[in-house]
Amino acid sequence: MSQVSTAPKPRRNVELLLLLLALTVGIGANMLVGVDQQKAFDSDFWFQSSLLAAASLAFHGVLRFRAKYADPVILPLVVALNGLGLAMIHRLDPPGGDTGNNQLRWTLIAMAVAIAVIWFLKDHRVLRRFTFISLAASAVLLVLPLIPGISAGEILGARVWIRIGPMTFQPGEIAKITLAIFFAGYLSSNRDLILLAGRKVGPMQFPRFKDLGPMIAAWLVSIGVLVFQSDLGSSVLFFGLFIVMIYVATSRISWVVIGMALLLGGGLIASQVISHVGLRIDGWLNAFTDEVYGRQYGGSFQIVEGLFGMANGGLVGTGLGQGRPDLVPFANSDMIIASLGEELGLIGLFAVVLMYLLLFTRGFRAALGTRDAFGKLLACGLSFAVALQCFVVIGGVTRLIPLTGLTTPFLAAGGSSLLANWIIVGLLLMISHTARGPVDTTPLPPSAGSESTGIDTPTEAVKHS
Amino acid sequence: MNQAIRHSWVAAIAMFALIFGAISYVQVVGADELKDNPWNKRAILQTYCNDRGSIIVGGTPVAESVESNSETCKFQRTYTQPELYAGLTGYFSQHYGATGLEQSMGSELAGNSDQLFLDRVGQLFLGNQPKGASVELTIDPQIQQLAYSLIPDGQRGSIVVTNPKTGAILAMASKPSYNPNLVATQDPTAESTNINELVKVPGINLNQNVSGPTGELLAPGSVFKLVDTAAALASGKYNKDSVLPNPAEMPFDGIQYKLPNYAGGNCYTKDSASFAFALQQSCNTPFASIALDLGRDAIAAQYKKFGFGEDVGGLLKLGHATGNGFPDKLDAPGLAQSAIGQKDVRVTPLQVNMMTNAIANGGVQMAPSLVKTLRSPDLRVIDEPQPAQLRTSTTPEISKQITDWMTSVVTDGIAKGAAVPGVQVAGKTGTAELGNGTNNSWFTGFAPADNPKVSVTIVMEGVDIYAGARLTSPNAKKIFEAVLNK
Repeated sequence: MSQVSTAPKPRRNVELLLLLLALTVGIGANMLVGVDQQKAFDSDFWFQSSLLAAASLAFHGVLRFRAKYADPVILPLVVALNGLGLAMIHRLDPPGGDTGNNQLRWTLIAMAVAIAVIWFLKDHRVLRRFTFISLAASAVLLVLPLIPGISAGEILGARVWIRIGPMTFQPGEIAKITLAIFFAGYLSSNRDLILLAGRKVGPMQFPRFKDLGPMIAAWLVSIGVLVFQSDLGSSVLFFGLFIVMIYVATSRISWVVIGMALLLGGGLIASQVISHVGLRIDGWLNAFTDEVYGRQYGGSFQIVEGLFGMANGGLVGTGLGQGRPDLVPFANSDMIIASLGEELGLIGLFAVVLMYLLLFTRGFRAALGTRDAFGKLLACGLSFAVALQCFVVIGGVTRLIPLTGLTTPFLAAGGSSLLANWIIVGLLLMISHTARGPVDTTPLPPSAGSESTGIDTPTEAVKHS
Repeated sequence: MNQAIRHSWVAAIAMFALIFGAISYVQVVGADELKDNPWNKRAILQTYCNDRGSIIVGGTPVAESVESNSETCKFQRTYTQPELYAGLTGYFSQHYGATGLEQSMGSELAGNSDQLFLDRVGQLFLGNQPKGASVELTIDPQIQQLAYSLIPDGQRGSIVVTNPKTGAILAMASKPSYNPNLVATQDPTAESTNINELVKVPGINLNQNVSGPTGELLAPGSVFKLVDTAAALASGKYNKDSVLPNPAEMPFDGIQYKLPNYAGGNCYTKDSASFAFALQQSCNTPFASIALDLGRDAIAAQYKKFGFGEDVGGLLKLGHATGNGFPDKLDAPGLAQSAIGQKDVRVTPLQVNMMTNAIANGGVQMAPSLVKTLRSPDLRVIDEPQPAQLRTSTTPEISKQITDWMTSVVTDGIAKGAAVPGVQVAGKTGTAELGNGTNNSWFTGFAPADNPKVSVTIVMEGVDIYAGARLTSPNAKKIFEAVLNK
C-alpha cells in the first residue's frame, strides 16, 4: 500500500472550527427545547451549555498537547451527537425529571476518562501488553452481573446490570473495548500461525486447534452472554467484532462465511430454545397482529409506537418539542432514534446517521493509516463495532431486524454506554494520531505475543498466501 | 490487511445503506399507512383540542367542536343529538380513538386532507388556529328521527331509508345506541369509567366501529327470494307465467330432513304456484326448487350482481362489514336452505336496501352515499359527490317484472301492512329463524312502484312472529308516508 507522502499536518484549527459548529448544534437544539417549554435561557440552560462547551474545548486543548495529529473530525462529530442526545433527553424529561442532568454528568465523566486515557496512555501500542489481562477483564466484566450481591438483578428481561451504591452500571459496555483489545493483541501476534499452520481441507484451510483456542473462548463468551444474560444485542455485537477482526487479520473471506453460518445457526437455535429471543423475533415478524401488539411483556408495542412516531415525523419532522415521542416506551434510551426521527424528520435523522457514518469512516481511515498491525486491528474492530451497534439499534427501531437492547452510541440516556463510547473515541483519536503523524521512531513497547516482530511488520506480505 | 479493512468498511457502509433505506421507508414511503393504523393515537392526540369541522344534518351540526374553558384544551367535541346519530357520527375520544364518521372522515374533519391544503397554508401564514372542514350528510333529520323512534327501546334493530335513484341515504338508524359525549369527554377518569360502562350494554360493540345498518351481518331470510327470482328470470328457463312446484315439504335423497313451507300461511292451499303466489305468500319450496334447478353458481352470480358480499364502506365513507360471498360447496339441502336466506347466508341491512334499490331503479344499482357536501371552514363547497352508478344488477324487464310481483305482495300478500292509500308500494318481507324460537324479521320495499322516490329496509332482531309483523311492514308504511308527503 503506497503511503500518502504529504507532510503531516495537525489540523487542530480545523477541529476547533468544527467543534464550535458542533456545539452550536447541540446547544441550539437544547435552546429550542427550552423555548418550547417556555423556559429558554434560564440559569440551567447557561450552566449546562457552558459545561458542555468547556469540557469539549478542554478535550480539544488536550489533543493539541498530546495528540496533535489526531483526526480533526472525530471529536466534533461526537460532541454534536452527544449534544443532540442531551437536548432530546432534556426535552423528554417530565417536569422535575433529572435524566437530562444525569446524562450531562455522565458526559462530563466520560469525557474526563477519555482525556485521561489519551493523557496517560500516550501510545495505543502500550495496550498490546494487556492482551490476556484484557481477556480476563472481559470475562470478569461479563460475569459480574450474574454474581449475587453486585448484580442488579433482571431488568427488563436481561441480566446485564450491576449496582454500585446508588448507581447501576452495564459492565458489558466496557467489555466491548477489552474484548477488542484482546482480539487485536492476540491476532496481531498469532496471525501468521493461524494463517500458515494447519490442515487444508478442499479449498479451505483450517487452523490448528491450539492456535484458535483463545478465539473459541472469546466466541463462547459471546454465546454465554446470550444464554445467561439474555442479551441478544451484545451477543451479536461481540460476535460481529470477533468475525471482523479475524477477517482483517487473515484476509480470508472463509472466516466470514463460517462466522455468518454460526451466527445464523446460533440465532435459529436461540430463537427456539431461549424464550426471550423467540419473543423478540415474534415481535418483529408479527408486530402488527393484535396478539403480539397487546402482549404484556416481549410484545411489539414499543416497536410499533416508535414506527408511529417516525411516520408522524415524516420528511421534515414535527420540530423539537412539537411531537409526542413521550408516547413511546424508553423514548430517551432504546428508542431515542424514533424520538429524533419524529421531531427532526427524515432529514434530521439522515444527518444523525450520516454523522455516525463519518465517525466510523474516520476510524477505518485511522486503521488504514496506522502502521502497526495491533493498531490496525484495534481501530478497525472498534470502528466496526460502532457501525454494527448503530445498525442493530436503528435497524431494530425501524423494524429492519428484530429489536434488541443495545444503546445508541452517544445519544441514548445511560452512563455506561457514554463512558464506553467516549473511551473508544479516545482510542481512535490516539490511533489516528499515529496514523496521521510523522513516522514514530521510538522503540515499541514489549509485546505480549510470543514472536514479537518489532516495528511495522509488512502487513501485506502474507496477504496472498 | 488494508484490503480487508477496506472490505470491512464496505460492509459497514452496506449496513448503513440498509438503515437509510429502512428510515426512508418508515418516514416517507410507508408513513401514510402507519398514520392510518387504528392503533395510532398520534393524529387524535395532536388534533384533539383543535377546532374540528362539524358533521351537519339538515343545516344543523350534530357533532361540533365548541370552545371549552379548559386551559389545556381549547375545544370540546360535542354531540347535540347523541343517541340519534351515534351510529353515524361515532365518537372522537382522546384515548379510545375515533369511530364512525369521526374516523372515516377524520382527515377532512381535522383539516389535513389534501383538498384543504391551501387552507392550511393560509392558516399557517395568518397564524389562525387550524380548523377542519365540515361534512354535510344526505340524512333527512325528520326521517332519521322517525326511523329511530320506530325501533322500540330495548329492541335491537336497524332501519335504512334511501333514494333508489341517487343512492342517497335519507336515514340510517339503529338501536341500541349510546351517548358519544360520554366517551369524548376531556376528563380522562370519566372517559374510562364511561367506556367501561358502555361496553357492558348488550348489542353495543364500541370497537367494531360501525353500527347495525352497515356493521351487522344477518341472515336475510325470505327477502333473499328476490335474488332467486332475478336469477330464475335471467336464466331464460323461467318467465312470468312459469308454474313452480309447491309441495308442503321438500324431501332430499338419503336424509330425513325435509324443507317445509311455513305452516301458518296460505302456501298449503296449492301444490303448484305461480311466481306471484309464491312471492305473495313467501312459500319456501318453489324457490328451493328454482335454486336446485339453476345450481349454486347461478344464484351466487345474481347474489354478487346485487352487491352482496361487498364492502361498500369506501363508497359510503363509513365503516362497513366485509361480508361473505354466497356459501360455497353446498349439498342439495344446503343450497335449498341458502336459497331462502337461511344457513350461512349473511348480509347487512344496507346491502338488502341496495338490492331493493337496484330493482326499483330499472336494474341499475346506484352507489350508496352519505356525504352530501364537504365544506371548508369558510363554508365554501370543496367537494360535492354526484350520484354514481355502481353496476347493472339485472335488466329493466326483469326489474319491472319483480316490481309488479312485489307490488302484489303488498296488495294481496303478507306485506299488506306496508300499503299506503293512493300509492303503489312494492315490498317483500323476510323471517330468518335464529333457531331459538325467535327470528330476524325483515321488510324491504319502495314506493311509488312506478316511479320510486324512497326505499325502506327494516330489520328487527330476535323477535317472535307477531312482534316481527307489527314492527316491520306497518313501520315501513309510516316512513313511506312521511317521505312521500314532504
